[in-house]
Amino acid sequence: MNILTYLIPISLTLGGLGLVAFIYTVKSNQYDDPEGDARRILSDDWDDHPKP
Amino acid sequence: MTAPMRPTPSACPACSAAPAAEAQAARDLPRAQIALSLPTIHCAACISKIERGLDADPRVISARVNLTLKRASIEAAPEVTAEEMRRVVEGLGYEAHELDPGTLNATATDSAGRDLLMRLAVAGFAMMNVMLLSVSVWSGAEAATRDMFHWISAAITFPAIAFSGMPFFRNAWSALRQARLNMDVPITLAIGLALATSLWETMLAGAHAYFDAALALTFFLLAGRYLDHRTRAIARSAAEELTALEVPRATRVTEAGDEQVNVSGLAVGDLIRVRPGGRMPVDGEIVTGTSELDRSLLTGEARPVFAGPGQAVSAGEVNLTGPLTLRATAVGSDTSLHRMADLVAIAESGRSRYTSLADGAAKLYAPGVHILAGFSFLGWYLYTWDMRTALNIAAAVLIITCPCALGLAVPAVTTAASGRLFRRGMLIKHETALERLAQVDTVVFDKTGTLTSGTPRLTNLDALPPEAVACALALAQGSSHPLARAITDAATEAGVAPAQIRDVTEVPGYGTKGTVDGCEVRLGRAGWTGAQGVSETATFLKVGDRPPVAFTFTDALRPGAEAAVEALMRQGKRVILISGDTTPAVEALAQRLGIPDWMAEALPADKAARVEALTGEGARVLMVGDGLNDTAALAAAHVSISPASALDAARVASDIVLLGNDLSTIAAACLTARSATRRITENFRIATVYNIVAVPLAVAGLATPLIAALAMSLSSVTVSLNSLRLR
Repeated sequence: MNILTYLIPISLTLGGLGLVAFIYTVKSNQYDDPEGDARRILSDDWDDHPKP
Repeated sequence: MTAPMRPTPSACPACSAAPAAEAQAARDLPRAQIALSLPTIHCAACISKIERGLDADPRVISARVNLTLKRASIEAAPEVTAEEMRRVVEGLGYEAHELDPGTLNATATDSAGRDLLMRLAVAGFAMMNVMLLSVSVWSGAEAATRDMFHWISAAITFPAIAFSGMPFFRNAWSALRQARLNMDVPITLAIGLALATSLWETMLAGAHAYFDAALALTFFLLAGRYLDHRTRAIARSAAEELTALEVPRATRVTEAGDEQVNVSGLAVGDLIRVRPGGRMPVDGEIVTGTSELDRSLLTGEARPVFAGPGQAVSAGEVNLTGPLTLRATAVGSDTSLHRMADLVAIAESGRSRYTSLADGAAKLYAPGVHILAGFSFLGWYLYTWDMRTALNIAAAVLIITCPCALGLAVPAVTTAASGRLFRRGMLIKHETALERLAQVDTVVFDKTGTLTSGTPRLTNLDALPPEAVACALALAQGSSHPLARAITDAATEAGVAPAQIRDVTEVPGYGTKGTVDGCEVRLGRAGWTGAQGVSETATFLKVGDRPPVAFTFTDALRPGAEAAVEALMRQGKRVILISGDTTPAVEALAQRLGIPDWMAEALPADKAARVEALTGEGARVLMVGDGLNDTAALAAAHVSISPASALDAARVASDIVLLGNDLSTIAAACLTARSATRRITENFRIATVYNIVAVPLAVAGLATPLIAALAMSLSSVTVSLNSLRLR
């Protein structure tokens, strides 16, 4: 059962990473325009260089 | 703020504080924030075309299109006006309307929703982890392993609940401080007691810990709260967009010339110019100009009235033909428009007496749960004289009876129903509006602007001599007056060619005149053409010395009006028509729609009094109206609906806003509301059945954390699925 000493912290860290990623997306306004963002990915306006 | 620090010329730091603040303000100021509503955009190409078009203007700093809200927000140099930006977008081939950024500020970031979402995420994360640890405990982990799992669960649960459960703790505290009980009190008590006994058990190396149950409870309840919040946030932002579309701006006449100012910046005594088609921003007195006024939104009267110098006008009236200059006599909250809003506030206090289904359930439920838990604690303590067993059982009872499914029962249904109605063009603004709509047995309609669309239609075209129609068409063509436009539409549709008339000039407030074959022709008001007035809305044509010809009009019905009235009557509801318009006009409409009950020439107070009288007789009244004269009645009714074309004050006073033009959705909405209420009561029953099965187990001391987790998840899932069945 000693393996638990590694596995539990690892699983908690991975889950925590997911949580932190989600909180980051909320904080950076990524849910303000879900429909627009889904379409924007199709436009090739800024494919060659980033939007200034 | 990434503005670099600048050395201030002043030596004394205290003196430099104010100038520094000013400089900061000056640096922030030169940015115009412009918001445009773009109702027709729909694809990726629209987004990039509009953004590229706006960015092409060198003065635009940044432009971003939001496809979900169908809105563009533009940051630009200070001299850029919204009007210019609107023209740029219209030049690209898209419909665009200016939005008042002041009104929209509140919707820009929905911080309350974001806060709930964050708490929901934390609770979900913690629940999943603790659930996994609990599964191994349930499947037979023992001794040191079980204790370790319990300790890890505790370490995750305590901080997670301290953060996620905050909304419940806060609500419960504020309820308790006022010596009331709400749903949040048993929730807080259950979570608190479960955590305390579980920690105690863990310390004593006991077998039962309810960490997973406490977290699952928090998670499901937060999900219910979040759904509820989102439904209302969507409705609120749509309602705010309607308000923001009416930018409160006025033209002030000064010695230096005309200037555009915000209505809030106007003062008594200011001279204000109102163009034809514009709405009066303030109460005032006409100084120069003659025109006609449409006061239908204030009085319900469909017929335009004459306006000349010296006459008093009220905010909200629409100027029809000629430009007017007013001297403001009352501004802001002193205008008659706002005084009417005060009437609304008084009437509204009656509505808050309504107890929602959820509150009713909580009132029955909360004391019951506490008494049950208290008795099982007392019973077991007296039976075993063991504090630990008694506390454990009391915690199990609280956890199992906790209103997890009850917390989801209402929001899940209202979300489904509001979404459905929103797609049909109805905005549910108030949280209990659906429940109240389901109880309605009497429907009161306003006439002008509600059952009728407010645009007149020519009625006697066939009875008129063709040359008169040709003459009238030639005179009416150039005018934007609603009656003139009705003549133009009807005559063009009938294939009439306009007569040859020279020197056509519009005389604001009276009509239009011209010359044909050397004699004067006039089209306009009765007094101006030498005619006798008639009872219905009419305009007159006078050619030379011949007797004037009357053109009569009725208000065109709003689409779906007939269907709505018929469907509501078929549902067994009593339909009543109350209008401020003249008796013949109201009677004609009532007969056309088959409404037996009608009342004409009603003052705003009459309308509200009638609604209150009906309420007093025990009727549940649905009021449908759009004008300022309806606002008091809208607020006094059990539930109220106003069309999107209504005045802002009327929309604010009503629970539901009709976004589309079609009235027939009202009858369908009543049915949806009724089935939604039925689903809510069904959900309450399902939750009760789960309790009836699980509570005896808990009281008998047979409940394990596994049973608690199963009961909670199963009842929540059944309730959510039942809500989705809504049609």
